[in-house]
Amino acid sequence: MFGRSTTIEKPRSFFMKNPSVFIFIAALSVITVVTTLLSEALGLGLLSTSFIKLLGKTLCLCLIAIAMDLVWGYCGILSLGHFAFFGLGGYMIGMWLMYERTKDIVINSLSSQVLPPTPIEIQDAIGTQIFGVVGGSEIPAIWFFADSLSAQLALVVLVPGLLALLFGWLAFRSRVTGVYLSILTQAMTLALALYLFQNDSGLRGNNGLSGLQNIPGLEEIPQSFISIWFLWGSALALGLGYLLAAWVVSGKFGNIIRGIRDDEARVRFLGYPVETYKLFIFTLTAVIAAVAGALYYPQAGIVNPVELAPIASIYLAVWVAIGGRGRLYGAVIGAALVSLLSSAFTGGQVPDLPLGFVLLQWVDWWTVFLGFGFVLVTLYAPQGLGGLVDRFIRNGGYK
Amino acid sequence: MSALLEVDGISVAFDGYKAINDLSFSINEGELRAVIGPNGAGKTTFMDIVTGKTRPDSGKVEWGRPTRNLLRMSESEIAKLGIGRKFQRPTVFENQSVQDNLVLSLRKQRGPVSALLYRPSRTDLKKVEELAEEIGLEQRLHRNARELSHGHKQWLEIGMLLAQDPQLLLVDEPAAGMTLAERERTTDLLKRMAGERAVVVVEHDMDFVRRLNCRVTVLHEGAVLAEGSLDFVTSNQSVIEVYLGR
Repeated sequence: MFGRSTTIEKPRSFFMKNPSVFIFIAALSVITVVTTLLSEALGLGLLSTSFIKLLGKTLCLCLIAIAMDLVWGYCGILSLGHFAFFGLGGYMIGMWLMYERTKDIVINSLSSQVLPPTPIEIQDAIGTQIFGVVGGSEIPAIWFFADSLSAQLALVVLVPGLLALLFGWLAFRSRVTGVYLSILTQAMTLALALYLFQNDSGLRGNNGLSGLQNIPGLEEIPQSFISIWFLWGSALALGLGYLLAAWVVSGKFGNIIRGIRDDEARVRFLGYPVETYKLFIFTLTAVIAAVAGALYYPQAGIVNPVELAPIASIYLAVWVAIGGRGRLYGAVIGAALVSLLSSAFTGGQVPDLPLGFVLLQWVDWWTVFLGFGFVLVTLYAPQGLGGLVDRFIRNGGYK
Repeated sequence: MSALLEVDGISVAFDGYKAINDLSFSINEGELRAVIGPNGAGKTTFMDIVTGKTRPDSGKVEWGRPTRNLLRMSESEIAKLGIGRKFQRPTVFENQSVQDNLVLSLRKQRGPVSALLYRPSRTDLKKVEELAEEIGLEQRLHRNARELSHGHKQWLEIGMLLAQDPQLLLVDEPAAGMTLAERERTTDLLKRMAGERAVVVVEHDMDFVRRLNCRVTVLHEGAVLAEGSLDFVTSNQSVIEVYLGR
């Protein structure tokens, strides 16, 4: 009798069913507010601007980890190429940042001349400024929209989105799955990186786009303020991304993609077009990754082809595996923890450890420890750190 | 009587081995049919061809009236047309509740956008509950499928097929690994399902087929060896040879 009455009951609201969303948004808000209150710009000045930028960047990495968790943890597609979309997002916004700032500088320096500069003179000067480093002065055709912020913002979504759509369509249509798909995604990001390394790629070869921390039109505003704004922007994007992801996986769609992960054939024979679902989730997560990248690189200041190297996407998978795939907060925990530890150990904040027979220099040894950590998590906590949280909650309150 | 599914002279070879050899088969609306045959007779390959998983080298597979050519369709299109398939090994979504498994299978729009916006209505939940009652799992609606016994998983998978509301059900060894009581219940379930829809049951077990009490098709080496009532086919000399060994 009891079983009957509960089944007809209308489903509960989204937040009731997903308490973790509520906790996550609350925690994110607290972190953002506390950081702001401790910042140089708006608070006590206990946190340096570079630390605020590190936090802001970490939030962006958490966002791409959520994308990775959606595509891998929920849908079972082990993409080892999502950092390509992240990097492309950075390039797209970087084009506007660099072009506009160079234009401002050029106009400033030409204003001392007797005759006002012609548009062609300005164009030439911008071209020489930006592309002199790769031995050119022509502005390539792909910079056509670089003068328009709204166009470049649209390209942040469109370029990675269309690339993912095309790549996914080709791969999924041919029923490429498992490790073969992973290798293909590695090939994609490698090919893209190698292309961008070329001087005639139109994106300044291995120099990449730089000076991105200087926002055109905001030259007067100190970086301490800009870093806070980007922290807020990143926190907002992460919060919205988490909400979107939680909504996507909460209903029938979530059950279908989990079904695809667990038993693709069964889903297919129930009449669902599995390839369409994979393409949908692959493209959606590519767009999320691109947005994360577009917020990350203005805080990093530079984007270059190294960012798209295959290893970056592998690290992303490691974060999500350590954090626990198939649970969104797991991905966030993994990305935040590992990337913060990584920048502490490789940034020289942690003193080297003399062990007598060898001096343990963390810059070199950190990756070794990360590798060990990955092996340990895989062996002893296959559900990741998020899985440990789950087990703790189950043994505690909900018994 | 019109044929619902008409399979005509299909052949398929894997690396030179002829898994299906000029096989013809047809089934009418609402009919219950058992397909038996020794291992390697081509039973599963036959199902693979009808459901679109394997393409035959030659032959025709036609469906319904007006007739549709199934050989040009993908697995999901064929499933949407009304052919449900139960695998030999129980295949349910282990990480999801019985209710979620059934809701997922309900006959609804199958595209990603409609799945995103879908929220189960009262009618849907009512339907799911009726289905659960039909397969004897009404007490376990909120259990995770992984916690179900082997027999209950088999029933859940049959329930998922019913939720699709298909016109033809292909059921691969539904009674494998079941207790005697479960087998009897499964027989009843299959018999009840037939009539409203056509059901093809692939089985090894002669006793189970006898209880189904229906027309039997015997497959051997990828072709139909005999067809008729169980008594008729079991008295057939070549069937006896195949089953009892030469």
